[in-house]
Amino acid sequence: MLRQDALEEIYPEIQELIVVTIMGAVAVELYTIGHRHNFFYLEHAMGLASSMGLGIALAMPGHKVVVIDGDGSLLMNLGTLSTMARYQPENLLHIVFDNESLLSVGGFPTVTALGTDLAGIARASGVPQVREANTPGSLRDEVREALASNTLTTIISKVEAVGPKTFHMDLPLLENRFQFKRALEGIKKGKGE
Amino acid sequence: MAVSVANSRLIFEALKACDVKIFSALPETWLVHLIRMADEDPDTVLVRLAKEEEGIGISAGAHLAGVNSALLMQNHGFLASINAIVSLALLYKIPLLMLISYRGHMGEKDAWQTQGGMATEPILRALNIPIWHLTSATDVERRIRDAQTLALASLHPVAVLLSRELMWEE
Repeated sequence: MLRQDALEEIYPEIQELIVVTIMGAVAVELYTIGHRHNFFYLEHAMGLASSMGLGIALAMPGHKVVVIDGDGSLLMNLGTLSTMARYQPENLLHIVFDNESLLSVGGFPTVTALGTDLAGIARASGVPQVREANTPGSLRDEVREALASNTLTTIISKVEAVGPKTFHMDLPLLENRFQFKRALEGIKKGKGE
Repeated sequence: MAVSVANSRLIFEALKACDVKIFSALPETWLVHLIRMADEDPDTVLVRLAKEEEGIGISAGAHLAGVNSALLMQNHGFLASINAIVSLALLYKIPLLMLISYRGHMGEKDAWQTQGGMATEPILRALNIPIWHLTSATDVERRIRDAQTLALASLHPVAVLLSRELMWEE
C-alpha cells in the first residue's frame, strides 16, 4: 500500500481532529492532501511526536488526538509505548506507517525490514488495543473503530518506501506552531478549526 | 540525613501557584517527595516517563494545548534530553519549566554523579537557557514564579537548579 493512498482514505476521518505527524514524507503528503490548522508537523525531534500527542491528550481529555508516527521514529523512542500504555488516554490514536526504511534520509532499511515487529512491541508494552491494517480500506475501518472505541489504540500499517518528489512545504515551522496552538484554543472553546 | 519534605512541599506549592497542571518525572532521590505530591494531588497529573526526553514532548504538547507543565528531572536526565530541548523546545519556541536536581556539585559523595554535576551549567549556558539556583527556602516561591514568567514571556526553556542545601537535610 502507498502511504499517500492510505492518508487519502483516512483524511475524512481525521480532518476535524487534532493531528500530530512526524517529519518527512508523511508530513508532506498530509500537508499536500489538505493542510488544516489543527495539523502539526513535528519537523525534527525524531521519536517525540507520540510524546507530544500524549501531552495534548492529557491536557485536552475531551478531544481526540491522532498521532501519525513512523517505524524509524518509533524505534528511536520505544519507551513511548510503555508510557502511553501506563496512562491509556482514551482520546489518543497512534497510527504507525511502517515502510521499513529511513526514507527521507536515503532509504536505509530499518530493523522492521528484518522482522522486528512493532505491533508485537506495542502489545507487549501494554497498549490495550493494537491493530494491523495493510490496505487503505482496512486502515480506514480500524481508524473508525479505534476512534469509536474510546480506547488507546496503536495501528501498524505496512507501506511501500515511496515518498513525494519534493519535501518542500510552504509552511514555516513556527507559523505551523502558532496556528496549531490557536486551533487548539478554538477546539477547546468548541469552535472547531 | 534525608530529602527535605518541607522544602519539597514549598516547591510543589509554588508550582501549583503557577497553575502547573502536568508534571513529568523520572524517579531520583531528591525528587521523591515532589513526585509523590504531584501523584497524590487531585488537581495535578503526574506522567511517569521511561526516559526524560519524552517529557520535552509532553510539555510541548501541553503548552500547545494551553496547559502549564513542569519537568522534574535529575541533571543527568537533562543531559539525556538535550536533542529534544534543541530540536523541539528551542526550534519551536516552547517554554519549558525544568526543575533539575543538581547532583554532582559541591558536597557530592557519589563518584558517579560528579561528571554530570560539572557539565550541567556549562551546557545550560551553551544552550542559552537561563538558570535560577534554588538554595534557600525563602527564595523558592519568588524564583519559581519568576522562572515561569520568563519562560512564558520568552517562549524559551528555563532551568531551576535544585541544590543540595535546599533538598537534603543533614
